[in-house]
Amino acid sequence: MLEVSNLACSRGDHRLFSGLSFALHPGQIMQVQGANGSGKTSLLRTLCGFLMPDEGAIAWRGESIRDLDEEYYAEMLYLGHLNAIKDELSGLENLRISAGLSGIELDEKEALTALRRMGLRGRERLPTKVLSQGQRRRVALARLLVSDASLWILDEPLTALDVGAVELIQGLVAEHLARQGMVIFTTHQPLQVAGVEMRNLSLS
Amino acid sequence: MLGLLVLVIRRDLVLAMRRRADVLTTLIFFVMVVSLFPLGVGPEMSMLRKMAPGVLWVAALLSSMLSLGRLFSADYLDGTLEQMMLAPQSLSMLVLGKMAAHWMVSGLPLVLMAPVLGLQFDMSAQALGVLIIGLLLGTPVLSMIGAIGAALTLGLRGGGVLLSLLVLPLCIPVLIFGTGAVEAVSTGLSVTSHLSLLGAMLVFALVSTPWVTAQALRISME
Repeated sequence: MLEVSNLACSRGDHRLFSGLSFALHPGQIMQVQGANGSGKTSLLRTLCGFLMPDEGAIAWRGESIRDLDEEYYAEMLYLGHLNAIKDELSGLENLRISAGLSGIELDEKEALTALRRMGLRGRERLPTKVLSQGQRRRVALARLLVSDASLWILDEPLTALDVGAVELIQGLVAEHLARQGMVIFTTHQPLQVAGVEMRNLSLS
Repeated sequence: MLGLLVLVIRRDLVLAMRRRADVLTTLIFFVMVVSLFPLGVGPEMSMLRKMAPGVLWVAALLSSMLSLGRLFSADYLDGTLEQMMLAPQSLSMLVLGKMAAHWMVSGLPLVLMAPVLGLQFDMSAQALGVLIIGLLLGTPVLSMIGAIGAALTLGLRGGGVLLSLLVLPLCIPVLIFGTGAVEAVSTGLSVTSHLSLLGAMLVFALVSTPWVTAQALRISME
């Protein structure tokens, strides 16, 4: 489980939030809410360890994420604003490489299955630069299908996605929570997961 | 660990092959700069022979600067670098893979091209041999030192100039011993001391620069 206690974060001289505490247990999902510039992305990036918090601590299964380092990264998956896919590579190559980086050996068949489930049948081998914005997001989101991480940190996962893809993501999140996974995300679009209580965290 | 190294090198080589223009720019720049000297200085053989090692080494140094800016910036801009930092594997290893790929794409072609260019300067076969060995030992060091600068200037506007200002002074030892080895051949002295110093620099860079670069990347990502 993820425990955040008394967290404070600032960008430059501007204090974004302080005294933030929450805990996320297996099977729980939390939506971070707030206006533009309220620090949602900064909070998620702090949880990833990119930003050093001014104060407070972040613990994963009782230990600080700074001390755990690689052990923590093996159990989490972050999907940011940027898709982290290479224009010159095909969806298939992109997915296999990003899985390889997170330590998962993915054979071609598994990667193809994941991409097809994301609705990219017939486009698996095209360079991603010829795909539309939404399709590229789908390539990036295919990582959710092949990852065995238990904590998902999703920053605006639904941007550029059509209604069908949003439903697909809702299904994936529900499956993940049923497997005792944890999700913390931000979005400006509604994301409904059936049968799970959505926790809210408001940054002001 | 080794699997990760191979994965990163393969990935970067595939990417380089798909944007071949970038690779060719470095090589063509090197060929052009080196070829301009005999044209500009004139066809006096003894002078050209004397200048050759310096010109080839300085040109190699400058052309390796050209491609450094792209070492991390493409991955930084499309978010791949973030994912690399979240990989549950050693970031230093990953950085070493990127350095190796950078050398194969921008350093190795220069080494292979150097003997042909050396002929323009009427270099002896023996001097050419030492030049190649020196470049083989020295250009990886340039890539590795350059990677530190590239990581530190990541995301800065006008980072290219700053990068050269940071990296070029650090490359001076490589330049001195690289050219020194070739000069030693022409004056009939032993080259082993120069080459072993270059080798020592290579080993030291292999051990220390990946870690330093990884720390610099963490700072740049904040």
